[in-house]
Amino acid sequence: MRRIKILEEKFFILLSGFMAYSLIAVLAFIILVIFVKGFNALSFDMILKIPKGGYYYGGEGGVLNAIAGSVYIAFGATLIAIAIGMPAALYINVQLVRYKRTQNTIRYFLDALWGIPSIVYGAFGFALMLFFGMNASLLAGIITVALLISPIMVRTFDEVLSTIPKGLHEASLALGSTRTETAFRVMFKQGFSGFITAILLSFGRGIGDAASVLFTAGYTDNIPVNLDEPAATLPLAIFFQLGSPIPEVRERAFASAVILTAIILAISLGARYLSKRYSRTNLK
Amino acid sequence: MQLKRLFIDKINGFWMITSLVTILCLPLIIGIGLYLKAEPLFGQQSFMSLVFSSQWAPSKGEFGFWPFIAGSLYVTLLSFLFTAPVCLLAAIYLTQFSSKQLIRIMHPVIDVLAGLPSVIYGVWGILIIVPFVSDFVAPFFGTTSSGYSILAGGIVLAVMCIPYILNMLIEVFNTVPSGLKEASLSMGATKWESVKHVVIRGNYPGIISAYGLGIAKAFGETIAVMMVVGNVVKVTANPLHAGYPLPALIANNYGEMLSIPMYDAALMFAAFLLLVIILAFNLIFRYLIHKTKRQ
Repeated sequence: MRRIKILEEKFFILLSGFMAYSLIAVLAFIILVIFVKGFNALSFDMILKIPKGGYYYGGEGGVLNAIAGSVYIAFGATLIAIAIGMPAALYINVQLVRYKRTQNTIRYFLDALWGIPSIVYGAFGFALMLFFGMNASLLAGIITVALLISPIMVRTFDEVLSTIPKGLHEASLALGSTRTETAFRVMFKQGFSGFITAILLSFGRGIGDAASVLFTAGYTDNIPVNLDEPAATLPLAIFFQLGSPIPEVRERAFASAVILTAIILAISLGARYLSKRYSRTNLK
Repeated sequence: MQLKRLFIDKINGFWMITSLVTILCLPLIIGIGLYLKAEPLFGQQSFMSLVFSSQWAPSKGEFGFWPFIAGSLYVTLLSFLFTAPVCLLAAIYLTQFSSKQLIRIMHPVIDVLAGLPSVIYGVWGILIIVPFVSDFVAPFFGTTSSGYSILAGGIVLAVMCIPYILNMLIEVFNTVPSGLKEASLSMGATKWESVKHVVIRGNYPGIISAYGLGIAKAFGETIAVMMVVGNVVKVTANPLHAGYPLPALIANNYGEMLSIPMYDAALMFAAFLLLVIILAFNLIFRYLIHKTKRQ
């Protein structure tokens, strides 16, 4: 009996260990496939040029239009998300600090909001666009993505703010500062690492999301100059090029996928590094 | 001076609460917006026939969403079957048996997996999973398949859901008080037995909610699934056939939706349906998780 039990334990530890390690393998596999497949077609032209005539039939050019469009949209959306996400997160942790129940309820709703798929935001952005009589444009894309990433921004920033000891907050108030001063001079500084993580996470999400900009940002071969011009985005560039029957264009889709993956990896690892760096000087 | 500080405080307080209320009202605003856009459709067809009819002919004004809902359910179910055991076992290993070093490596791995855009998963699916299904799985069962199939969609979705579910399971398992486990160990149970009886059985609500949220996430995933699932309007029981999930329907047809009457209302109805289903899932299972966390 005892031996069977020990055998069972050994089996399950092995099995679960295998599952855990296989996740690392899966990630390595995905990244390897993307990089190996896309490396051939990757060139400086891809990154530095916009599509020339006949690009989608194998002609010259690159996907700079999509890279620029994606960065513009993610950047603009992140700015808007900071403007409404940062004060919201501070409010939860400064003004509402005495009301545990309200805090928890708000966090509960924000978490639920996080789960809404981006295609729904996309459809809503489209409805909003028609309502205001706008065309598919950079601005519409920015607003839709901003709606999508605001909950992420609030929740990530809030996660770090909520770990700040209450004593620090009380000490600031006891010295006679207003709640605003407490929020921005004490809490914001102390939670700065969380703020950086929140910004980078939202930015990464904004750059990689396709379903929300599909309806709202449109597509163009030029780099947008004004807010009312349509903008191409990197995920959509990959998607459209993959739909082409011409092998060269498909190769370029894989190369674009390498660019997008590299950007996301850089953001993800950068967020980790910066959050460690900025939490070093925190008061404990 | 004092007055200025108080004034700034007032303005800022207003800014803060406005942004918070705006964000919290977002689902309501989205819901109302989509509903208003979809409303013309309800005058033509009843809700039941919209959801359960399989007649899909937009040009004739017939909108039956059943093929798409069935496609979504099928893909989601398959992905859940693949991902559920993997996540449970991996979460158990990472919280109960693993070394500190592995956990340190796992954190960035999970982060990157969660951060990869769905287009990248789609590209990976086209490169690996689709050929795998058409060259190995279909011949194995003695049939042929183009590879662009419900099965391929399920596998890609399963991989996408892993970091999401795993993260929540780890969070849930970390809340188990170590005293409980120690009590079980001191009674002579093996480590695995304590895991089985204390960690798993004691956390049923948490595990179920993590799974529920994973299902909700899979249900709304768009681009990656759309790239590998084939997109054919048909109700089928064979996972090697192509399917057409609800989010893919919206994403594929935005171009022509303004040229056919009622088509835009139908697509907005699809988005509304997605929103309601997923929000309901999220509200229910998040509630369970919040409750277990507070204990």
